[in-house]
Amino acid sequence: MLENLEGHFAYYFLASLTVIGFYGMLAKRNLVKKLIGMTILQTSIILFWLVGAYRAGGSVPIYDERLGMADPARYVNPLPHTLMLTAIVVAVVTLGVAFALIIAIHRSYGTLDEEELLERMR
Amino acid sequence: MTAANLPALIPLAYLVTALLIQLAGAWRRSLAPTLAVTGASAGAVLALAGLVRVAASGPLSYELGGWPPPVGIEFVLDGLSAFMVAVVTVVGLVALVHGGRTTATEIPGRVVPFLSASMIFLTGLTGMVLTGDLFNLYVFLEISSLAAYALLAVGSRQAPLSTFRYLTMGTAGASFYLFGLAFLYLEAGTLNMADLGRILSLVESHAPVIMGLTFMGVGMALKMALFPLHGWLPDAYTDASSAGTSLVAPLGTKVAAYVLLRLFFYVLEPEYARGLPLLTAVGYLGIAGVVWGSVMAILQPELKRMLAYSSVSQVGYIAAGIGLASPLGFIAAVLHILNHAFMKACLFLVAGSLRLRRGHSHIPRFDRSLRRAMPWSMAAFALAALSMIGIPPTAGFFSKWYLALAALEQANWVLLAALVASSLLNAVYFFRVLERMYLVPAPEGVGTAPAAIEPGEVPASMLVPTLVLAGGLLVLGLGNAWLVTHLIRPMLPAGL
Repeated sequence: MLENLEGHFAYYFLASLTVIGFYGMLAKRNLVKKLIGMTILQTSIILFWLVGAYRAGGSVPIYDERLGMADPARYVNPLPHTLMLTAIVVAVVTLGVAFALIIAIHRSYGTLDEEELLERMR
Repeated sequence: MTAANLPALIPLAYLVTALLIQLAGAWRRSLAPTLAVTGASAGAVLALAGLVRVAASGPLSYELGGWPPPVGIEFVLDGLSAFMVAVVTVVGLVALVHGGRTTATEIPGRVVPFLSASMIFLTGLTGMVLTGDLFNLYVFLEISSLAAYALLAVGSRQAPLSTFRYLTMGTAGASFYLFGLAFLYLEAGTLNMADLGRILSLVESHAPVIMGLTFMGVGMALKMALFPLHGWLPDAYTDASSAGTSLVAPLGTKVAAYVLLRLFFYVLEPEYARGLPLLTAVGYLGIAGVVWGSVMAILQPELKRMLAYSSVSQVGYIAAGIGLASPLGFIAAVLHILNHAFMKACLFLVAGSLRLRRGHSHIPRFDRSLRRAMPWSMAAFALAALSMIGIPPTAGFFSKWYLALAALEQANWVLLAALVASSLLNAVYFFRVLERMYLVPAPEGVGTAPAAIEPGEVPASMLVPTLVLAGGLLVLGLGNAWLVTHLIRPMLPAGL
């Protein structure tokens, strides 16, 4: 059990982060709290990619004369970082659209409580 | 401009138009609809040219920025993507032509951003279909989804709330896709579809690969509203404006189905995909959705909501075809993507026309004065309804026929029973509407005058697109043998 934990702390942490985010999206009644859950879920996935790119003892992926080019294992993998830069942009834009919708909902209903909103829609 | 650039030009045509609409719209609003139709026509012409070209001389590939794959991103126009792009662009064009009038009456003052968003929506969809890179696909997926949220959020008072729920579900779906892709990338070290397929065939029984595929499958199932992940769809489609629904409904879910086809049968080896329990699950959930969507559709008094539930059931047919993982099942799924895009677009266009002329699309308030006032629109509706039920020679019959053949081939009696049952249920909910439209007399004394905003048939800009789609259903139905032998059979993945 403990051996399994050792060296995999990051994955356990991210798994719990994913579950927390998902729980927030499903169980919270307030729409803003749902969005917080959504952001936690997205962040956990972005971090998962970055943890996957990590190499123990690896340097930043910039050419260094002392490390040379012979052994790519001396650098961390740069591709997931660049990909996740795009994913972060996507997450921010999604959040922006979601807040625009929340403002529109609040203007026409005056509340952000999901159950109250569903009742008023009837 | 050579043919080699076609794959990149199609999404680019929409993207440039989206910018032009904003610029020209700031100067003169009336320019926006013309520009949108022009841009969509350009996209459709390019896509059809691509379809002809691919059928004649094989797939095209475009290396973005001159970086050769697998390092760079490539756009691939092969049999399947050329077919899908043609469907998306043509149906998108028709829906936009029809929407010119409904946007002006239903969402005045928001036409310019609406049309700009619809161009970005089509950019995202065509990009998703064309890209040969799985991460690039995620980016285009989010582009099309964000534009779809904007399109669906304008409309009735409830629209922002319904769209918010779609947004959370849709974002969860896209996040699952990204999560699953991380597993595949960490296992194989590449994102290019062709390259990934080669490498995955060496490691495909590893647990991370199966984890990754499952997450990606669930994400796409959410996006394509596969039962039981369809909860967001009915509200979002009902509360949006007519133009928004008729643009998003026929296309959004189909492209997610395309991603499943691409992932299971092209990136993976079909032989391996067939053994995946995930694929079987997709098939059986599709069957459940077929029945569930039909039953729920019967219970709906609102036409748009009924059509939305019927979408859930029609997506089920596509999923069932994918789940069978046989050549016939593949043909049925691809043919149904085309047929359903035409049928559903036609039905939603008529719903939009009804809202323009009557101000509502509430089924219990329909009566036979509709037939007198709008004979052509009603005829188009009737034809599309017959096609949904699956009566030959309309297009809907043939995709069901191929699906039934595929089910017989594998002795899948559950699917066959669901097919028969849902066709009967489809008949129930469409004849219920047709009966009111054609037979039920107008209530005494009330007349139709107070409810009618403008009596008579809809203007030509709305009637022609509706009739083109309705006529298209007959053409696609009668020409289905040609379609299957010349377009769909050549695109069958090797080894299926």
